[in-house]
Amino acid sequence: MPWVIHIVTVVVVLFVVLNLAAGLIWVERRLLALWQDRYGPNRVGPFGLLQVAADTIKLFFKEDWVPPFADKPVFILAPAIVMLTVLMSFTVIPFAPGIAVSDLNIGLLFVLAMSSLGVYSVVLGGWASDNKYSLLGGLRAAAQMLSYEVFMGLALMGVVIMVGSFSLSAIVEAQQKIWFVIPQFLGFILFLIAGVAETRRLPFDIPEAESELVAGFHSEYSGMKFGMFFIGEYVGVVLISALITLLFFGGWLGPGLPPLLWFIIKTFAFICFFILLRAGLPRPRFDQLMSWGWKIMLPLALANILVTGAVVLWAR
Amino acid sequence: MNATATAAILDDLAEKFGADSIVAQPARDAIPAFWTPREKLTEVLRYLKTEVSGPYRMLYDLTAIDERVRTHRDGQPPSDFSLVYHLLSFDRNEFLRIKVALKSGDLHAPTITGLWPAANWYEREVWDMFGIVFDGHPHLARILMPRTWVGHPLRKDHPARATEMGPFQLPDEKQDAEQEALRFRPEEWGMKRSSEDTDFIFLNIGPQHPGTHGVLRIILQLDGEEIVDCVPEIGFHHRGAEKMGERQTWHTFIPYTDRIDYLGGVMNNLAYLTAIEKLAGITPPPRAQVIRVMLSELFRIISHLVWYGTFAQDVGQLSPVFFTFNDRERAFEIIEAVCGARMHPNWFRIGGVAQDLPKGWETMIRDFVKYLPPRLVEYDKEIMRNRIFKARTKGIGAYTVDECIEWGVTGPNLRACGYEWDFRKKQPYSVYDQFEFDIPTAQHGDCYDRAVVRVEEMRQSLRIIEQCVEQMPGGSYKSLQPLAAPPLKPDNTMHDIETLINHFLGVSWGPVIPPGEALGTIEATKGNNGYYLVSDGSTVSYRTRIRTPSFPHMQTLPNLSRGMLVSDLLAILGSIDFVLADIDR
Repeated sequence: MPWVIHIVTVVVVLFVVLNLAAGLIWVERRLLALWQDRYGPNRVGPFGLLQVAADTIKLFFKEDWVPPFADKPVFILAPAIVMLTVLMSFTVIPFAPGIAVSDLNIGLLFVLAMSSLGVYSVVLGGWASDNKYSLLGGLRAAAQMLSYEVFMGLALMGVVIMVGSFSLSAIVEAQQKIWFVIPQFLGFILFLIAGVAETRRLPFDIPEAESELVAGFHSEYSGMKFGMFFIGEYVGVVLISALITLLFFGGWLGPGLPPLLWFIIKTFAFICFFILLRAGLPRPRFDQLMSWGWKIMLPLALANILVTGAVVLWAR
Repeated sequence: MNATATAAILDDLAEKFGADSIVAQPARDAIPAFWTPREKLTEVLRYLKTEVSGPYRMLYDLTAIDERVRTHRDGQPPSDFSLVYHLLSFDRNEFLRIKVALKSGDLHAPTITGLWPAANWYEREVWDMFGIVFDGHPHLARILMPRTWVGHPLRKDHPARATEMGPFQLPDEKQDAEQEALRFRPEEWGMKRSSEDTDFIFLNIGPQHPGTHGVLRIILQLDGEEIVDCVPEIGFHHRGAEKMGERQTWHTFIPYTDRIDYLGGVMNNLAYLTAIEKLAGITPPPRAQVIRVMLSELFRIISHLVWYGTFAQDVGQLSPVFFTFNDRERAFEIIEAVCGARMHPNWFRIGGVAQDLPKGWETMIRDFVKYLPPRLVEYDKEIMRNRIFKARTKGIGAYTVDECIEWGVTGPNLRACGYEWDFRKKQPYSVYDQFEFDIPTAQHGDCYDRAVVRVEEMRQSLRIIEQCVEQMPGGSYKSLQPLAAPPLKPDNTMHDIETLINHFLGVSWGPVIPPGEALGTIEATKGNNGYYLVSDGSTVSYRTRIRTPSFPHMQTLPNLSRGMLVSDLLAILGSIDFVLADIDR
């Protein structure tokens, strides 16, 4: 009865991903604290682990307030979109051979499509709040996503050309000999940068830029609606880290340990890297970010496709 | 600042404008001072700013005195309210004090905003506090008090305590009226709501905003994200420190000074005491002076560390603020060991300091002097050499030396433009002339260069502190002169009634400072801090004027931010290093 197995996989993936994302709040706070010479949350439960539970309970019991001046349906829809799109992306992620909700043959395209849809949540959230800070945040998000979506997709085309498939499991299997991070190093760097921008994490947290726009697009959000943006961001981090692992670091491939464990270890390493970035870097201005995107990143991504294509053709 | 130079400028003016128009008034601080009639004021000031050789290019301060109940006014022209202008000449390295007498029924004076744009806020403050009208001022509105305030607080007949004013009540109608008074109307500021091709957004930044470092309200006129114009609105942190100065005794006002530039700690005490000690003719003993210099420089570092971390945070870097606050904590440990308190040590006293240094102070300070430089190297790598940081700060919010002087900008912000002017070197107060240190400067006057100067200043302060440890003289930590407060117990206090009474009065009432006026200025953490004190021969000050660096610095904000983006505004705010308490007093 394969549909039972399907449902179990869906539920397990949903459960694991959401809990992982919530757990990341604790991981991020402890790691940041470590790098910043302080303790971080260490009071609730062993090592402060129950902080996550405390935070979740707090979010659920906070007043879920919709400002009277907001555009109500859109205001409610926006945080749902962010959760929906990142969770949908996880349906095509293969965690290990055979462990995936659905191993689509256009898996990579599906992920890119979902992440493009995800932008709407930020823009709509910023617009529906009818708050000047939110509006500016939404505008910045739109500008940032436009600039970075373009070369994010293009950066991956090198990998696709080499494998000849959009299926994520096929891409992993193609890395038996060599991880794509070596032949596609440029693509890796470009995707990494675009990935940070995509998840709106420091140094590219320009749409929320605390010191400038208070909380940017989600200034007016509270309670669990804010929580959706919050968790959505962490799920996004997990997603981008998982993608980097799959596309450039051989996914579940690795000696000795079980495949699933390899996948988790690699993904976790990238998650930590994301957090380290946040601890280390200042935030560029959004016009600088855009000019880097269009003037440097996009030409590099195009050059990468050209060179990869030429080499693949020549090798034939 | 010798006597002949003093006479020279006054003679020069008397020759030019007639002896009747220039009435000299000797002061205790050797700053040349004179009275001039209101009609001649603009002319005299224009001459001093633009024509005289060695021009007085900076409007250092502009304030007023309510003279109506002052008793010691020997030889001064009759006046109910006097305007006081302090000018600074960099060529002469000299201040000049100009006074204008006004009569109660006719409190009008010509504006000098045409001559010095920086006079704008100062004149608004004088109007707010004294009700003196400046004819021709572009926007003479209240600046520190709420718009709904009735009366002018620094007038002698205005109550100084809440208990003199009847119970405070806030019925709904009043609350609505107060809130309505805060509504921003662009037309009042000569701003348009739209241009030919765009409607402007008016964005309220503050008074509660994570990027403003305190209760500051900035109203931005935005075209998209580009700043067309901005209006800084201050006064939310106003506590009436100058009014309190007229209520507290000379001695008991010291803790209030701590809270002016609340990151500068004892540095504020020093500015205040420099003025009092000029009035009282006290020279503190060498040990007290060196202790003062050492603690002041430690506070310069403490203040700069706060600025360093928060500036990095303003451009989006999360971690440095934790590192610099950790370092600051170590410096506070020393302050705590010496003073018992941390941010507001209230440690300097008239004629010295509160107590001698504790046992083991040398080790603590030597440890800190050894500890900090490697940390600063680390921050150079993390912050100053970070390419995103540079991209955010280089070429942003730059001003030139001329603009700085025009707008009254002093301290690190002036030196960032390449002008080496530091009061510790140019007009050495306390014992700064005994120490070797350099005055760091930069060239472009932008956000990055302002940071460069401050970072290097920390290293120079460490040098001074190190020399203080090496050269710490022995002897008393407080003067035995009769006006030093609270007085030390000399050996003979308990032997005869005269010394006992004197000591008792000195402790209970505090000293009676001889009548006169003095301006004490120091190179504080954020720029030049000056106290202009008027004594009427009593145990309290007749007028305490606090000239703070942050006030003129904040006034330049619109110039720096026009045409920039919102993100740049935050970089600019971080780089000019202000404290709201220092602006609003």
